[in-house]
Amino acid sequence: MQYAILCYHDENVVCAWTKEQDAAVMAKLSVVHEKVARQGKLGPVARLLPTTAATTLRKDREPPIVIDGPFAETKEQLLGFYIVDAENLDEVLAVARELAEANPGGAYEIRPVGTFKDGKQAP
Amino acid sequence: MTDTRWINAVLTSARPRVVAALLRHFRDLDMAEEACQEACLRALRLWPTQGPPRDAAAWLIMVGRNAAIDATRRQRRLQPLPEEDAISDLSDSETPTIERLDASDYRDDILRLLFVCCHPELPATQQIALALRIVSGLSVAQIARAFLVTDAAMEQRITRAKRRIGGANVPFEAPGAVERSERIAAVAGVLYLLFNEGYTNDVAEQGARAVLCEEAIRLGRLLLHLFPVEPEIMALLALLLLQHARADARFDDDGNTVLLPNQDRSRWNSSLIAEGLALVDKAFRHRRPGPYQVQAAIAALHARAARAEDTDWAQIALLYGALEQMQPSPVVTLNRAVAVSKAEGPEAALAMIEPLAGQLDGYFYFHGARGAFLLELERMQEAKVAFDRAIALANTPAEAAHIRLQLDKLAGAARAGGKKKVPEKNS
Repeated sequence: MQYAILCYHDENVVCAWTKEQDAAVMAKLSVVHEKVARQGKLGPVARLLPTTAATTLRKDREPPIVIDGPFAETKEQLLGFYIVDAENLDEVLAVARELAEANPGGAYEIRPVGTFKDGKQAP
Repeated sequence: MTDTRWINAVLTSARPRVVAALLRHFRDLDMAEEACQEACLRALRLWPTQGPPRDAAAWLIMVGRNAAIDATRRQRRLQPLPEEDAISDLSDSETPTIERLDASDYRDDILRLLFVCCHPELPATQQIALALRIVSGLSVAQIARAFLVTDAAMEQRITRAKRRIGGANVPFEAPGAVERSERIAAVAGVLYLLFNEGYTNDVAEQGARAVLCEEAIRLGRLLLHLFPVEPEIMALLALLLLQHARADARFDDDGNTVLLPNQDRSRWNSSLIAEGLALVDKAFRHRRPGPYQVQAAIAALHARAARAEDTDWAQIALLYGALEQMQPSPVVTLNRAVAVSKAEGPEAALAMIEPLAGQLDGYFYFHGARGAFLLELERMQEAKVAFDRAIALANTPAEAAHIRLQLDKLAGAARAGGKKKVPEKNS
């Protein structure tokens, strides 16, 4: 089963990290990444740019409208995600716990993946 | 969360909102700052054991407010304080602070705080110092280091700025639409200056000054968070990000300045560039052009060119033309001429800058560019005069070194002279 680990954190806090703090977190995370990757369980990983760079297409009307920024005003923002191959929820939770130890603060939302296309297949 | 570094990041990010709310409450910058300071000290003491509160800003505002009120009461017992009205709404001090934190209020609170620090009555150096001290929370020593002055001198500069602000009347009611956009523009202007302060040409200063660029970007993000649909703010942030992306490539291993065409573009920060380009795209969708958008678009064209020779100079020349219309200045015309020289050749460029000779006679870049155009046109005698003038006006050893390189080229061409037949269209 594939799971998405969606990374939520207060983006203002993450932006207040010093360059050294940011680098230290990334270094600790990459140790976990490598471990999961060696087990062949790590799918694509993405770190998203700040929500100020985001655009939202509201499609609940015709024609859809384009809005600056993320749609919802929330305390924590979606800042990145992992796709992980795991046997069950316990296993993906274990991965998330290791990531959490490397990068405390905020929350990981774990969501089973329905459809996954890696973008490499011919259309 | 026992590591205080993470607490520091939370405090730094909450700070503008906290000081802004306390400023609205006390209507006094010193009081707001001291209250925030006290709240942060308590946070550092309590959070490692209790864990951070769910809403750090609200906690800090409440604690800061109560601490300041206690301090005032203590003081009042020691000496009678006549200025009861300095503390505007003590009577309802029991109102839960969170109620006062609704989004529309805090947006204008933070803008007011930024605007107070960027007050047009202050000289630019004081605006920047005050914003760094009050909004960013940098220590006086940190700011002094970035400005290469002593702590005492910086302390004095900040004190003076605060005194001036105390005299200036900043209205505390919610601003109207026009006033709001004026405030946003004033703050944007100061962030741009702050960034330029950090954008040094001296490698020895780069480490100390980088913090100025980073703070400008952080405050730019904050401003855009508050006003997410302002294309000029998107563009300002984009401009800062795109320029900062080149920071590592601006000096070689020996500390010499590397000019844009010669920079190793693999050393540009691709994530900052991606963010900057995304913001330029977003800003342009609004179809409300402005000077930051034009400058950001120029920076974006540089960032998009994989190699220097891929740069779309014709487009850059057009953009400088647009900027000239919005903000006429001889320096903008000079920049347009440089773009024109790449797109159309040195002759047109030289014709554009000749009328500026009077205004820009004391300006290093004018003579440097003029010399380069003349060199390209193989008008060697005149090129040498221009370069000699430029070298006399160089502000840094790096600038002088760059001109010396041009003079060497000139000398080399003179030695090889006569071998190549030159069309004499300009003589």
